[in-house]
Amino acid sequence: MPPVVTPEVIWWALVPLLVLSAGGFLLLTIASLVRRLPDALPQAWTVITGLVVLVATIPMWDRVQSDGPRSFLGGTVAVDGSTVLVTAILAIAVVATALLARPYLEREDLPGVELYVLLLLSAAGGVVMASADDLIVLFLGLEILSIAAYVMAALHLRRIESQEAALKYFVLGAFASAFLLYGMALIYGATGSTRMARISGYLASTVLVQDGMLLAGIALLLVGLAFKVAAVPFHAWTPDVYQGAPSPVVAWMAAGVKTAGFAAMLRILVVTLGTHASDWGPAVAVLAAASMVVGAWVAVLQTDVKRMLAYSSIAHAGFILLGIQAASGRGTAAVYVYLFVYTLLATGSFAVITTVGGRGDAAHGLDSYRGLARRQPLLAGAFTVLLLGQAGIPFTGGFVAKLGVLAAAVEGRTYWVAIVAMAAAAVAAFVYLRILVAMYLEDPEPDTAERIEVPPGTMVVIGVACAGVLLIGLVPGLLLDIAADAIPVLVGG
Amino acid sequence: MAVLATAAGVPFAVLPALLVVPAAGALLVAVLPRRRPELVKLVAVATSMVVAAMTVWLLVAFDVDRGADMQFEFRHSWMTDLGIQWLLAVDGISLFLIVLTGILFPIALLAVDPGHDERAYFAWMLLLEAGVIGVFCAMDLMVFFLCFEVVLVPMYFLIGRWGHENSAYAATKFFLFTMAGSALMLIGILVLAFLHADATGGGLTFDLVELAEAQSLGTTTARWVFLSFALAFAVKVPIFPLHTWLPDAHTEAPTAGSVILAGVLLKLGTYGFLRFGLYLFPEASHFFAPVFLTLGLVGIIYGGVVATMQRDLKRLVAYSSVAHLGFIVLGTFALNTEGIEGGLLQMVNHGVSTAALFLLVGMIYERRHTRRIDELGGLQKSAPILAGVFTLVMLSSIGLPGLNGFVGEFLVLVGTFNAHPWLAVVATGGVVLAALYLLWAYQRVFHGPADGDNAEMPDLKIREGLVLAPLLVLIVAMGVYPKPVLERMEPSVDALVAHIETHVDGFHEPTSRFGADIVVGDGGDDSGDDH
Repeated sequence: MPPVVTPEVIWWALVPLLVLSAGGFLLLTIASLVRRLPDALPQAWTVITGLVVLVATIPMWDRVQSDGPRSFLGGTVAVDGSTVLVTAILAIAVVATALLARPYLEREDLPGVELYVLLLLSAAGGVVMASADDLIVLFLGLEILSIAAYVMAALHLRRIESQEAALKYFVLGAFASAFLLYGMALIYGATGSTRMARISGYLASTVLVQDGMLLAGIALLLVGLAFKVAAVPFHAWTPDVYQGAPSPVVAWMAAGVKTAGFAAMLRILVVTLGTHASDWGPAVAVLAAASMVVGAWVAVLQTDVKRMLAYSSIAHAGFILLGIQAASGRGTAAVYVYLFVYTLLATGSFAVITTVGGRGDAAHGLDSYRGLARRQPLLAGAFTVLLLGQAGIPFTGGFVAKLGVLAAAVEGRTYWVAIVAMAAAAVAAFVYLRILVAMYLEDPEPDTAERIEVPPGTMVVIGVACAGVLLIGLVPGLLLDIAADAIPVLVGG
Repeated sequence: MAVLATAAGVPFAVLPALLVVPAAGALLVAVLPRRRPELVKLVAVATSMVVAAMTVWLLVAFDVDRGADMQFEFRHSWMTDLGIQWLLAVDGISLFLIVLTGILFPIALLAVDPGHDERAYFAWMLLLEAGVIGVFCAMDLMVFFLCFEVVLVPMYFLIGRWGHENSAYAATKFFLFTMAGSALMLIGILVLAFLHADATGGGLTFDLVELAEAQSLGTTTARWVFLSFALAFAVKVPIFPLHTWLPDAHTEAPTAGSVILAGVLLKLGTYGFLRFGLYLFPEASHFFAPVFLTLGLVGIIYGGVVATMQRDLKRLVAYSSVAHLGFIVLGTFALNTEGIEGGLLQMVNHGVSTAALFLLVGMIYERRHTRRIDELGGLQKSAPILAGVFTLVMLSSIGLPGLNGFVGEFLVLVGTFNAHPWLAVVATGGVVLAALYLLWAYQRVFHGPADGDNAEMPDLKIREGLVLAPLLVLIVAMGVYPKPVLERMEPSVDALVAHIETHVDGFHEPTSRFGADIVVGDGGDDSGDDH
């Protein structure tokens, strides 16, 4: 009997995935076996797991850069620069979310372990997406990521808004998954494979006489992905979910889920379907323009800071799409830079919001921020740095990120989207100014005179985010060089 | 541009130091103990003094014989994949604006105490200084844009937090106007760099000199890109009808904010036109010159008429700025040496005299807590020295011969007359208007019977006198003997005009129609058209 040939496995490339899922399941097991778990344990466990993954990406990065990208498990899983970079971003988001979660759970008097378990599993799903070399694997990763996130959104048991958010998120998310799956099926029908390398090889070597099925597949894929990254007009769930879900979970959704979604988008659109960029490019450009305009414009009309940032996250998604529609190496690198910077900005901003939100997670009105600078200059100062970063003010990471995607759009000669982007950025600036005005130029409400206690973990998140945003703004080379080396490549066939 | 300033015996990289020192000072101020406001002020003033000393040193070390060259050049790669570099240099166009910045900041810091939140106030002021100097010495378009934009943030907070009643509104308006104005410039810069890279086949670069000398854009594209720059500068200047943020910002800003806003920040736009508009897009500048000449002229007349009708002293000075900046725009787009040089000189003059005017108005406000002209009156009797100083500054602003304002305005008018005689004739009406609104305001505020509080208003204190003294010296010195200033400006201006002549078909510098050239200074040996 001939020996069974098993596909090649590159174990070092699976370390982040294994650590995250093992961490999640072990934590779940321990928590269900041990009756009284020390309060700090789940958080410490999650933070350490995240840090281990983060550290593991460093040798992985070196290896990928020296050996080149690899594909394994029968050509379904890849490891390349983008995999490692996205994994690192997800690990940072995991650590930040875990640090924010514990004070939140304590304040809201919620049971502790589930959030961390789900967070780790969700991150594992994100890593699968970042390393998928096959559409089916990508879909599996997306579902692992999303289902965990649906449950996380519902974790605040006593807030009806949290339940509502979770339901909306779940229904629309499932809807989007269906679109995505249908799109994948059509692409399989058109090209005869679900492997990304084979699809792109087939499309590069074959001229399709009738490409209706392929185009329909691309369109459905685009709809599904646009739902996941909350691009207009598929954004309607975002404000309600952001407003209702627990704030640390929102930080994860804004930073982690979005990063994984855009990583998947890059893998499918730019890398796999790059030959058909002239088909999907204009569509993505329209999505980008619509997201930036609607996101910025509607954000101006909000009075709830969490909703403002929800809409501004839609505008940010538009900016990221600006880099994707360019379908170029510069655009892809710019997207990674943007995702990294936005992860810092989003986790930092939602850390502030979580803290100011207070007990009940309800104090998110602009009024809650009035006179914050007088009461707590340091917290207000940190939020200022993050808001200016989101506005893309020079010498913050936000500017470096925006400059990159704009340069990609200009290089691709899609001037009109670049002009729309800058107009939207000017409108969006007003949103951040309104929060600044409330913090600095208005007097505090008489009854909100009490000091907001900033827990140490939250302080770390805010501090690291601010420092990172400023550091990238002043020494952008650090990040730009990494991103330029992280452009995904398909190998094998 | 192979000449490195370090070769000419510059002991240290002075331009980066001009950016780093105030920024570091701002950081230092921010971490000082909150309980020691006097220490905070001391550190801030000392920092700005060091910067001032460095700018004066820059002035002395500036090589007049190589006046048209970029001097003290500093190059350091920054974002390599986009070809962005810290490229700092000074020539005759930026030299005096940097010196003006260096001198005005310690004056503004010394003259006024913020009253609350000292640390934040002084930190923002120093950051503002770093940003402004960055604008004036950046020779890389992207670095220029970064500094041009970042200046908004400190100014926003200065107006908003330490301003008067309506400051939140004014600060927001200021921020949004200027941010929206410059949004398209970023696209313009990127388009320029990418098209240049395509045309030359080389890598991306934002090096101003390289882009300007190559002129690699087609005529129509260049005009569009010029417009994206022009919008940003026109808002910043501000050119009529984009000026509406200015009176609000000026009126609501704290005194030091107004001084810096009028003295330095308004020059960012006119400097931008000169350095980036004319130099990068000679053809488009020539093509659109009639538009800007007209708008400049409208600004002169409109600013003058509206200033005449103001009841608020600070608003009056603000509108007078609109008129003065109209002169600068007029001179710039006359596209000849006299006009541009006059405009440039007028930038410095306006900085000095309007800064002094705002300081004086601030001093009156501190004493009387009103800026309304009808509530003031007869101040000459109670404060004769203040009235005397005000007279001098006012006359400089009007453009009285012998004081600094005259030289600039005269050159602008000469330049405009050579190019477009009728525009100059109308613009001269603006000079008359300036005399009207300022003298009338002076008459109402300082003459007549002094009633109530006006009769007991204390005169200038020694500290205030010392703060004003450098400005007064400059007003007189530059009026009586402008040659040292002009001879440093002229080579660069000549080179710019020659650059326009080279790149615009059939364009010749409009010169005197009456045979004789008007010679100003005698430093222009036209050697340097290599930048």
